[in-house]
Amino acid sequence: MAQTVQTTAPVSTEVLSHPTPLHEFWLAYRANKGALIALAYLVILVLAALLAPLIAPHSPSEQFRDFMLTPPSWMHEGHARFLLGTDELGRDILSRLMHGARLSLMIGLVSVIVSLIPGIALGLLAAFYPGWLGTAIMRLMDIMLALPSLLLAIAIVAVLGPGLVNTMLALSIVTLPSYVRLTRASAMAELSKDYVIAAKLSGAGKVRLMFNTVLPNCMAPLIVQATLGFSSAILDTAALGFLGLGVQPPLPEWGTMLAAARDYIERAWWVVTMPGVTILITVLALNLMGDGLRDALDPKLKRLA
Amino acid sequence: MIRFLLRRIGVVIPTFLGITLLAFSLIHLIPGDPILVMMGERHIDPEFYKLSMQKLGLDQPLYLQYWHYLTHALHGDLGVSVRSQVPVMQEFLTLFPATVELSICAMIFATIVGLGAGIIAAVKRGSVADHGVMGVALAGYSMPIFWWGLILIMVFSVQLGLTPVSGRIDLLYDVTPVTGLMLVDTLLAHDMDAFKSALEHLILPSIVLGTIPMAVIARMTRSSMLEVLREDYIRTARAKGLSTTRIVLVHGLRNALMPVVTVIGLQVGTLLAGAVLTETIFSWPGVGSWLINAIGARDYPVVQGGILLIATLIIFVNLLVDVLYGIINPRIRHAR
Repeated sequence: MAQTVQTTAPVSTEVLSHPTPLHEFWLAYRANKGALIALAYLVILVLAALLAPLIAPHSPSEQFRDFMLTPPSWMHEGHARFLLGTDELGRDILSRLMHGARLSLMIGLVSVIVSLIPGIALGLLAAFYPGWLGTAIMRLMDIMLALPSLLLAIAIVAVLGPGLVNTMLALSIVTLPSYVRLTRASAMAELSKDYVIAAKLSGAGKVRLMFNTVLPNCMAPLIVQATLGFSSAILDTAALGFLGLGVQPPLPEWGTMLAAARDYIERAWWVVTMPGVTILITVLALNLMGDGLRDALDPKLKRLA
Repeated sequence: MIRFLLRRIGVVIPTFLGITLLAFSLIHLIPGDPILVMMGERHIDPEFYKLSMQKLGLDQPLYLQYWHYLTHALHGDLGVSVRSQVPVMQEFLTLFPATVELSICAMIFATIVGLGAGIIAAVKRGSVADHGVMGVALAGYSMPIFWWGLILIMVFSVQLGLTPVSGRIDLLYDVTPVTGLMLVDTLLAHDMDAFKSALEHLILPSIVLGTIPMAVIARMTRSSMLEVLREDYIRTARAKGLSTTRIVLVHGLRNALMPVVTVIGLQVGTLLAGAVLTETIFSWPGVGSWLINAIGARDYPVVQGGILLIATLIIFVNLLVDVLYGIINPRIRHAR
């Protein structure tokens, strides 16, 4: 695959071979400092989540009854055993945040994948069959877009009931329209290009045209959108958890932790601050990475800098 | 213009019908028997059960049920709240002004701060101020506002004691509702102390709800201003020796404002979704907290009606923005 791709990047005289597409992408991505820091943070977060059972200092549900609402270790009432302090039941906040990362990342990943696959399929269908089928698909997406994603998710969870699986399902449904619209728009732009017409003339079937010819050229904006979708999934998961409609306690989901912390706002700032800072930084990092990916993958979309 | 209007409305009607279908389906998608779920009792009197079925029309065929739902909804009849026995529409209308007041104040905050920060960032491009504004905007854009609200309460209400923690006005004051907007009603009553109290109650919720729109407006203003400041007429204005302030505010901002105004119009959805969270944190008696409480209490007529009314509102405001945009900008009107 690599040797068939022609690069258009200016090649300096010292470089003898063309950079591979992956290397070229990395060079472009690396240029964005913020995106690089975001990537580093996300790698650490993913590692912390994956290894949480091994490296977390305590179990997320173990209650240290003698250490309820202990401040973070750097404060003078703090305790070295609990780096970020403990919550109202004496559970270690750092361990809960690490285990919570597993939940947030899993919900984000599952909802993006579950929404991306039908989204691409429906988007391609709408682009290839612009008649009644395409119109029907797009009308349906318009209806789903009439409600803001969080409100639609709330409506869905109100019906299905709160919980981990229903949160994932609700978030998959609410992000579907963005993938459908994006796939349709990029596929329509590709459809009029010469290479697609050539493939059509050489007898490629509809399915081959859709998935082998057109789709690979629509991937750049979809990857960017998936990253941004991941960040909004994490934010909405936390919002649902906070409202008591998402993942239920005692699971250490970040938003659910915040909901429980509300009552201790006057006495224990760390119980409120830590989960929120984690959500903020994670969402921020995903948004920065999305910006970096957009600039690196698709220079056409680059914003006015 | 008429054709443009008709085309726009032609798109809105199926969307509205779809939303009514969605709201209608809500009650039928609940796993289990809706009556039992709502009443929450295991042993229910069969007579009462039958009566409730009839009252909610659940004993009729589905298409008839939808038809009744739609015709009633179009006449403003969205059923009766299970908890309070008050018509859903009436409850919505009493609570809605509180949400409107909060949203307007949030938008004023977002527009003033967002526009100002965006202009400064564009004019001082590449400076510390620019990086600062863009950093804050990015953080604001990624903000979990429910947490942001808690932090502001923790700092300004609990630690510093500057602002009240929750509600719309101090319990001391008894304001007769005229418009339902607390600031206007207190002014009409010539009660300055009450006005001050209402204003104090509005500060933190407005900042919380306005944070994301503020970030969006700041980013949009900056990029729109940067584009405009490159134009030839800006160079001409400079060459004429006009002051920088005049160039930026009169020649620049005026032309950069169009995309910004559109973005402001499109924030209605963000505001209403944010209102659900903000009102929950500050115990603000608006439609957002009403909806969440109804979900908690399994008050499905309210959930149905609330979702339908909020979605309808968003559809119509977006239509309004579209039409206004078409009036201001003829190119949009004639585009196919």
